Amino acid sequence: MTKPNQNMAEYYQRDRRWHPPAYAKDYKTSVARSPKFSLISLENTPSEITGPRFGHNDLAPTDNDLISNYAQPGESPIGERIIVHGRVLDENARPVPNTLVEIWQANAGGRYRHKKDTYLAPIDPNFGGCGRTITDENGYYYFRTVKPGAYPWRNWVNDWRPAHIHVSVFGSAFAQRLITQLYFEGDPLIKSCPIVATIPDPDAIEQLIARLDMNATIPLDTIAYKFDIVLRGRRSTLFENRLEGN
Amino acid sequence: MPQQLDYLKETPSQTAGPYVHIGLAPGAAGFQIYDQELGQDIAGPNAAGERIRVEGLVIDGIGSPVKDVLLEAWQANSAGVYAHPEHGGEVEEGFRGWGRVITDFETGEWAFETVKPGPVMGRNGQMMAPHINLWIVARGINIGLNTRLYFEDEAEANASDPIINVIEWEKRRETLIAKRSERDGQTVYRFDICLQGEDETVFFDI
Ligand SMILES: [Fe+2]
Repeated sequence: MTKPNQNMAEYYQRDRRWHPPAYAKDYKTSVARSPKFSLISLENTPSEITGPRFGHNDLAPTDNDLISNYAQPGESPIGERIIVHGRVLDENARPVPNTLVEIWQANAGGRYRHKKDTYLAPIDPNFGGCGRTITDENGYYYFRTVKPGAYPWRNWVNDWRPAHIHVSVFGSAFAQRLITQLYFEGDPLIKSCPIVATIPDPDAIEQLIARLDMNATIPLDTIAYKFDIVLRGRRSTLFENRLEGN
Repeated sequence: MPQQLDYLKETPSQTAGPYVHIGLAPGAAGFQIYDQELGQDIAGPNAAGERIRVEGLVIDGIGSPVKDVLLEAWQANSAGVYAHPEHGGEVEEGFRGWGRVITDFETGEWAFETVKPGPVMGRNGQMMAPHINLWIVARGINIGLNTRLYFEDEAEANASDPIINVIEWEKRRETLIAKRSERDGQTVYRFDICLQGEDETVFFDI
């Protein structure tokens, strides 16, 4: 049996000023769910540098097609047909291949297929609202779906979420684990959303807005949006950096 | 102007929201769509070591259980090896070391079954006590929270664990120790996670 390796390169520290803070008073649910003490900063160990791996055996080839993966035979969900595609990269701008990307979203009317969602817009019998895929060797991924609708939520009395798709990504280390939300270029609700506004830096918000991509659009069929995802980058040197005699 | 560094910025996090189950545990959202949901079997049938159950609540700053949490666990096998090619060791066939669970919509309880991990070599030749890495997301959590679960019956290993010892306040170290008991012949570890307040769990910036 080979010996476990502790000589593994570290990930760059997370820029906590780029991410939303735990406590964001205008997103009311965060108030009682945000730790008050500072996070304890850890230098990466093998526990953080490793992470789960997924393969094509874990999913079905149609799992990335939300237009068909819950539709009755011969039917399809109501809504604007879209492609969401892009690459998973790291902060060194290198592709992250073979990594799991999972998404979930409301239907075109803004209703989720979830037993806790009671919004009056109807469930679409042909739309489940989730998909998953594994990036190819170039870090590329692709989903086909319908554009989600805006929906109201209880925060202030008249809050509406901009159209969005929830995105979960693994990378190759537990330290890269990330969940975020994708918004759509031109949506006027983005600027008033308290969840979007948990992100303090306007440039960071721009990074969550998918761009209309006419080149990837399929004429007479499906319009396309491009959304690249960036995970933490990694040092190229090993962390066993203690000098001899220290 | 000096040269550009050409690094990209990490995509910023957003809350998983109340409907995280649709994407990551659709059965719990109330519908069947995938042939197999991921993360339901952490250790697999062939893993060596002690079979254990781990359970707990996630408690908010008011003291109420949070009922829309998703947790992910990442652990080594009983020999202290992660199922990851760079870790270099071998794990039993079917051992993944990763799982995900949700809190019950009514009670807020979560639980998973696995094997107790072994100690893992950390930085600079310092052995880490057996532990399970946890990642917690939910509505109202803007960026996933990382913590570690250590085991009550590993007092000696815990006392010399390099991560536990980074925590300046000894009282706070206690928040990472799962309590061991026996129930119906099974070993159960209890690990309640407090998001905020006097007993706030230690969370790490990893
Ligand atoms: Fe949502």
